[in-house]
Amino acid sequence: MNNLQSISYFYPELILTLVILGAIIYDLFIDKSFSGRVGWVVIIGLVFVSLVVHFQKDLRVTTLFSDAIVLDPFASFFKQIVILATILVSIVSLFSGELDEYRKGEYFALLGIVTFGLFLMVSSIDLIMIYISIEIVSIISFVLAGYLKKKARSNEAALKYVVYGGFSSGIMLFGLSYIFGLTGSTNIFEIQQIVSQLDPASSTALTLAILMVLAGFGYKISAVPFHFWTPDVYEGAPLSITAYLSVAPKAAAFALMIRFFNQTFADGGAMKGLDSVSLTQLPWPEILSILSVATMTLGNVVALQQKSIKRMLAYSSIAHAGYMLLAMPVMSGDSIYAIMMYLVMYLFMNLGAFFVVITVKNKTGGESFDDYKGLGWEMPFVGAAMTLFMVSLTGLPPTAGFIGKFYIFASLIKGGSTYYWLVVIGGINSVVSLYYYLKVVKVMYFEGERTDKILFPSNVLTGTLIFTAVPSLFLGIYWNPIASWIQNSLVFFIQNL
Amino acid sequence: MDYNILSWLIWLPVIGVAAIAFIPRDKFDLIKTVSAVVTGLQFLLTLVLWNNFDSSIGSIQFEEKYEWIPSFNIEYYLGVDGLSIPMVILTGLLFFIGVFVSWNINKAVKGYFALFLLLNTGVMGVFLSLDFFLFYIFWEVMLLPMYFLIGMWGGPQREYAAIKFFLYTLFGSVLMLIGILGLYFSCGKTFNIIELTQVAPEALSGLLWWGMSAIKVIWVLIFIGFAIKVPVFPFHTWLPLAHVEAPTAISVLLAGILLKLGVYGILRVNYGLMPDGVYWFSYALALLGLINVVWGGLCALAQKDLKKLVAYSSVNHMGYSLIGMAAVVAAGESHGLNMKAAQAGLGGAVFQMFNHGTISAMLFILVGVIYERAHHRDIEGFGGLASQMPVYTGITAIAFFAGLGLPGLSGFISEAMCFIGAFPVYRWIVIASTIGILLNAAYFLWAFQRVFFGKLNKKYTDLPEINRLELFTVIPLLIITLFFGIYPAPYIDLIASTMDTIINHVVSLGSYASM
Repeated sequence: MNNLQSISYFYPELILTLVILGAIIYDLFIDKSFSGRVGWVVIIGLVFVSLVVHFQKDLRVTTLFSDAIVLDPFASFFKQIVILATILVSIVSLFSGELDEYRKGEYFALLGIVTFGLFLMVSSIDLIMIYISIEIVSIISFVLAGYLKKKARSNEAALKYVVYGGFSSGIMLFGLSYIFGLTGSTNIFEIQQIVSQLDPASSTALTLAILMVLAGFGYKISAVPFHFWTPDVYEGAPLSITAYLSVAPKAAAFALMIRFFNQTFADGGAMKGLDSVSLTQLPWPEILSILSVATMTLGNVVALQQKSIKRMLAYSSIAHAGYMLLAMPVMSGDSIYAIMMYLVMYLFMNLGAFFVVITVKNKTGGESFDDYKGLGWEMPFVGAAMTLFMVSLTGLPPTAGFIGKFYIFASLIKGGSTYYWLVVIGGINSVVSLYYYLKVVKVMYFEGERTDKILFPSNVLTGTLIFTAVPSLFLGIYWNPIASWIQNSLVFFIQNL
Repeated sequence: MDYNILSWLIWLPVIGVAAIAFIPRDKFDLIKTVSAVVTGLQFLLTLVLWNNFDSSIGSIQFEEKYEWIPSFNIEYYLGVDGLSIPMVILTGLLFFIGVFVSWNINKAVKGYFALFLLLNTGVMGVFLSLDFFLFYIFWEVMLLPMYFLIGMWGGPQREYAAIKFFLYTLFGSVLMLIGILGLYFSCGKTFNIIELTQVAPEALSGLLWWGMSAIKVIWVLIFIGFAIKVPVFPFHTWLPLAHVEAPTAISVLLAGILLKLGVYGILRVNYGLMPDGVYWFSYALALLGLINVVWGGLCALAQKDLKKLVAYSSVNHMGYSLIGMAAVVAAGESHGLNMKAAQAGLGGAVFQMFNHGTISAMLFILVGVIYERAHHRDIEGFGGLASQMPVYTGITAIAFFAGLGLPGLSGFISEAMCFIGAFPVYRWIVIASTIGILLNAAYFLWAFQRVFFGKLNKKYTDLPEINRLELFTVIPLLIITLFFGIYPAPYIDLIASTMDTIINHVVSLGSYASM
């Protein structure tokens, strides 16, 4: 479809752009103390965008802008996930004490731009577009990570993020150039066609290219060994941004990875809901297996030793990327389904955990385990919600986290005996993770003085906690609606050349 | 019966939790009363269930089946048979008694009883669910309440004990989950345990996992999950710690019911789904039973803490159950179709589950009684209590005798049945495990002597006698022990036809050769 025709299929992004522009202009005319209102503009705009995305599902599956991006239910699914995460984070940001001394207008405008970048990420099918979308997201994330201008930690986080980001996207670009050099195309469908006919002698170059491209993807989902930025950035960035970074860009990067690996190096069968067959002898499933095992093991083992809950959650989010990566090497319809299921569950439980950290920081100003002593008695609701999030992140039934893990493990067992060892390692990792998640629960209930004074967080924070806690529990008991939503979203754009 | 009685059994405690949630947290008595009413009703329902249960049928009764997650073929499927009904009744009884044992809890009462009832739902759910997914969910639902109950209301080392218990059990459950998924995908994508019982033996035969027989791999994965709960040596190390640190009522439930879940699971899942594996593993099972008996006995003998002694006696007693279970193969061709031995062994194992449930519950309550008064449990620190607390001494004597398997008390019957069943098959193991019986008698009698006889410790000259509330909790268990010791027939009749079903299933479908 040419550029002019594409416009009419591009409404969500166009409306989002208008919302961003509106937010920036509105911010110019209001006093700093009211700058939070910009947040509501963005939130309402995003709700509207979400509706438009929802009604787009009846449109035909097609490519836009001369095969740069696609419009398909798979992309729409991830767009909704991103919108939900952005809305929740925006609401909480309005009540996060950390941001109080700063003007919030551009903060929300920037969140909108990241969302725009993520929209492109989940729908791009062209190497150039892939790179540009990742860069849009990265550059805005750098700014957001350093939003607390007066805090050295936040500045440090932004700088580290820039250095690592620049480095890994450089490597990725280099890898993409290899692929372009070997195939002469930037469109992933054409690449798929040519890769399968390539001279076997070029497989070393392609393997190198995969490794280099993985540096870019791995950086976005914070997979080992591209994770080094994660703990420091997560620790220094404002809590609301940490929460956001741990969910939305990860989800989009997984969408991108699924598209890229399934479409370029396999026959795309998974995109039709079938098991896909690797087109080449390239060892990408093995590389991904090793990556996932390293990621979750390192994340879990290092998380055991953390003293700050924020940092512990940073490592835990690395571990969760590892669990999701587990299903990647199988690359069957079921495994993509499992990753999508996991992302939905992870969205609620991980955001919820970070929202509790924000609530506690508003109260005590700290993020270490000591600040949580006796929390379960002092703020029973927050304590109970945090317990639920921790249990869910461990993956115990009957919570959402268990269903996520269950689907991942199931897809691996179904994938055949090549993957059984991954299940065993994944299982042992969940047991290890229990220790540090329960440490939070232990501190909240078993330590500290019991007080008779009961505190509650502000109404809106309570609301967001309920909004994340209820799905964290009930999606573990009844997840049929989510299951059918994912089933319907498992429709990809396929181009047969 | 069309009243969904099984669902009521499971969800009644949850209604109780909801009710407790609305009670202000300083109304201790009201919270306790609500818990007593809820568990009392549940106990009554189990008796109604028993009354309507047809023990001549060896298959599932009171079935309830609803679709739950169709896309994964998960069902809400409940049912009860002769294997689970004694455990269901025991659960009802012990949770009811447990409320009164916890009557003097006065720290965070609301939380305690809410978790207590949640635990009740989990346990009941495991015994009644026949869908593997549902089973697993209930299996895990027990963990968190247990963690809190030990970790918050327990003794000095409670936090360590709680996390150790949790980590051990979770490790086992994760392996079990892998086994469950393996079964699901290799046996026609169903979680229905009854259907799997029909399909799995054939679907699994000849299947290879990692170049090994799938039956062996899945058997071991699931067995470890259950063995940790039993606990089978060498997975038992969490148990003494958890028992000692847990508050009395929780020790009672832990020993009385939670350990039985392991044996129940092995019989329901491993025996039902992998009869070939039974042949392969039965020798090892008997051997593990022997180790449990001897090791548990030796450890109990060495204990200075009375509660720890009772905890190790559980390891010792569950060993008899394992030996009895292994005797099922006696009914096979290689052992001359000795149906009688198989019946005695399996019946003994299931009877031992129940008897140990009542006896160990009694022992833990009695240890709790003395701890409440003396604030320690050091065996050497007492002495001569017989003159001070004669009623307590008398009851404890009966409980200890029941524990050491004195004829005339229920423990003797089930232990004897286990041995009679296993003797034709594992002669040397049975002979060797008599050492365990000696140890068993030795540690109980020696402990009894040190605590109750000799000179009265001057500190304890004003120790009050066991009170009415405590008597109320012990006496029903005492009566059951005495009754089944003299007249075990009602119990045997209740389970007999289901036991025959299990034996026939294992013997007709399983053989070592087909692995």
